[in-house]
Amino acid sequence: MKRLLSHPSLVIGLSATLVFLVVGIVSLIWTPYPIEQIDIPRRFLAPSAAHWLGTDNLGRDMMSLVMAGTWTSFLVAAVAVAIGVGVGVPLGLAAAAWGGPVEWLVLRLTDFVFAFPAVIVAILITTLLGPSAINAIVAIGVFNIPVFARVARGGALGVATLDFVAAGRLAGLGNALIAWRHLLPNIMSLIIVQGTIQMSLGILAEAGLSYIGLGTQPPETSLGLMLRDAQGVFLIHPWLTLVPGISIVLIVIALNIAGDGLRDAIDPRLRQGNPNVLA
Amino acid sequence: MDKTLKAFGLALALTTAIAGAAMAQPTEVRIGVALEPPALDPTAGAAEAIDIVVYQNVFEGLVRIDQNGAVQPGLAESWTISEDGLTYTFKLHDGVTFHDGTTFDAEDVKFTFDRILSEDSVNAHREFYEPITSISVIDPLTIELKLDRQIGRFLFDLGRGDAVIVAPESADNNANEPIGTGPFAFVQWDKGSRVVLEAYGPYWGEPVHLTKASYVFIGDTATMTNALLAGDIDGTNNFSTEALAVFEGNPQFNVLVGTTEGETILSTNNKREPFDNLKVRQAMAHALDRQAIIDGTTNGYGVPIGAPFAPHNPYYVDLTGTYPYDPDAARALLAEAGYPDGFSATLKLPPVGYARTSGQIIASQFAAVGIKLQLINVEWAQWLEDVYANKDFDLTIISHVEPFDIGNYANPDYYFGYDNPDFQALITTLNGTTDEAKRKELAIEAQTILANDAVNGYLFELAQTGVWNAKLTGMWQNSPIEGLVLRDIHWTE
Repeated sequence: MKRLLSHPSLVIGLSATLVFLVVGIVSLIWTPYPIEQIDIPRRFLAPSAAHWLGTDNLGRDMMSLVMAGTWTSFLVAAVAVAIGVGVGVPLGLAAAAWGGPVEWLVLRLTDFVFAFPAVIVAILITTLLGPSAINAIVAIGVFNIPVFARVARGGALGVATLDFVAAGRLAGLGNALIAWRHLLPNIMSLIIVQGTIQMSLGILAEAGLSYIGLGTQPPETSLGLMLRDAQGVFLIHPWLTLVPGISIVLIVIALNIAGDGLRDAIDPRLRQGNPNVLA
Repeated sequence: MDKTLKAFGLALALTTAIAGAAMAQPTEVRIGVALEPPALDPTAGAAEAIDIVVYQNVFEGLVRIDQNGAVQPGLAESWTISEDGLTYTFKLHDGVTFHDGTTFDAEDVKFTFDRILSEDSVNAHREFYEPITSISVIDPLTIELKLDRQIGRFLFDLGRGDAVIVAPESADNNANEPIGTGPFAFVQWDKGSRVVLEAYGPYWGEPVHLTKASYVFIGDTATMTNALLAGDIDGTNNFSTEALAVFEGNPQFNVLVGTTEGETILSTNNKREPFDNLKVRQAMAHALDRQAIIDGTTNGYGVPIGAPFAPHNPYYVDLTGTYPYDPDAARALLAEAGYPDGFSATLKLPPVGYARTSGQIIASQFAAVGIKLQLINVEWAQWLEDVYANKDFDLTIISHVEPFDIGNYANPDYYFGYDNPDFQALITTLNGTTDEAKRKELAIEAQTILANDAVNGYLFELAQTGVWNAKLTGMWQNSPIEGLVLRDIHWTE
């Protein structure tokens, strides 16, 4: 714990992330105003005591929208990371433990998904399934799978040649048990670091998809959707774009700083530069 | 650093040169429009976007509608109407050619109307021309139309985009390569980007000022704003009101606010449960706060309507008080109709600003009385297919932009499925009446029936809010018919 706290970037990043996360969670039980409450006479208000961040083009409270939007961002990104970890890590471990045709297959599959730019994959999926927050999660999750598969395989390959793994094999453990007992615990730190980075990418991807109209749909809200709603009046009411925009920037920076800090703190080996993490 | 500066300087010099070149030839115009037409044949589609590009530019009818909504001679230089009002004889202009070089004569007129009236007609408004019983070619420049009953607005109907004259040689390709007799010939259509028209040299009428006109499709308000500010386009006939303030007071731009024939309605599928119940529709009418919708959607530029009828029309009667905004009355009516807890429905929204924004406001207003709306954003082609053609919808928001389109409500097969024999009889009488006072009386009665029946949610009349380069003149301020007529547009210094 002490070792963790000695990394200032980790502390700053984690606490900033935590603040946003708490704001998002609070929105589930309380927002200053209901987010679907449209009140035309009070639209375009400047920040005031009643509306901390002002009101938008439909008279909705910006503070409430940012809170709810932050939650949407975290939720979408976290579930998408879970999909990536849940499918990608077993694939990567299998590739490292079995090798041969299994490894070849996993690598070709990840190459295949990597061959499409992530956002294109996301647009493809949301076009096929229709725009919604759930489809955005699926889309972002799918592009997380090869990332985690590669990180897991790369990390596991380094561990697989070590003596204690060989000892495990001599003791009669099969590939699956080797992967589960020896490889996985040793690559957990890699997965956590990569997870943090993918979280921030997921938040950006969700904002991007919602911005082009393929993610979250009204009356639900997300930071990307707020940007989209505000861009038409950007020249008249720039504030409405700045609020969600700066929120996205801060959340992503917080997560990235936290991710960098975690990498330094958890695994000193990585300071020598592990290509699998940097990739 | 030096290199960057040099490159920047070079780029600046280049842009200046290009701008200079453009200024030397002020006979081209680039117009931004929000919706790309699905095709370019106005006689085979209901989309306004088609007329915006081709009406009176590429295609012309026997008569044309001017910017005051009056009928002017078009391809017919004159006409006579028989005493009984059933026979129209048109004298056609001589020396008119289609853009492919073929000659225009009475046979083309006959072909056009035979095509509209044929069994497999794809015309969006066959009903306007359905009273025509015979089309006879008297000589190459004279054509006679016989009707089976008097039609009060027949000449106006002949001036609509639905009745423009097409040639048998080219009619089948008009959807992609429109060939008409108008002052502008079609050059190219870069799908998803723009349509280019060029002045047609051998045009029969008064020569137009412009040599070239491009319609650039820009669906997004912010992009349109930037394109206008950067000078990438010279104007747009209908700019989103939310950002209009950017151009008001800017001397480089001219903001033209006028009327349109666009009644924006919350279109309701009258054949579907629970909307087949009058009480439910009345409850919905009571739940709508028009002023909030107008302020939120159009920044106050719309005019509230209580029936599908244009407020600047002389036959208009103000029926906005029929079902005033009253959430309590709405809840009571819902309970009476058997929905004490409200119900859920879907609201399909086409990709136009007024629909997407008012949809959110209406969803919030309906939620207050217990009606839960799920908003579904659809693309334009999908809207035309699912909602308009296949009638697969609960509610949708759309502006009906045709002039005097109250007759749509007399068509039980129209997409919102309103079937009222009394109303149909009334419209038939109205169409057959030529006496002005009597027509007005009937039109008021028709509006009253539609208001009382709350067929659709009547929201507001769209305003036309054009933003143009201040050096351009000749644009229509009002839009009495769907179209963006280039005829009089020209640059001034």
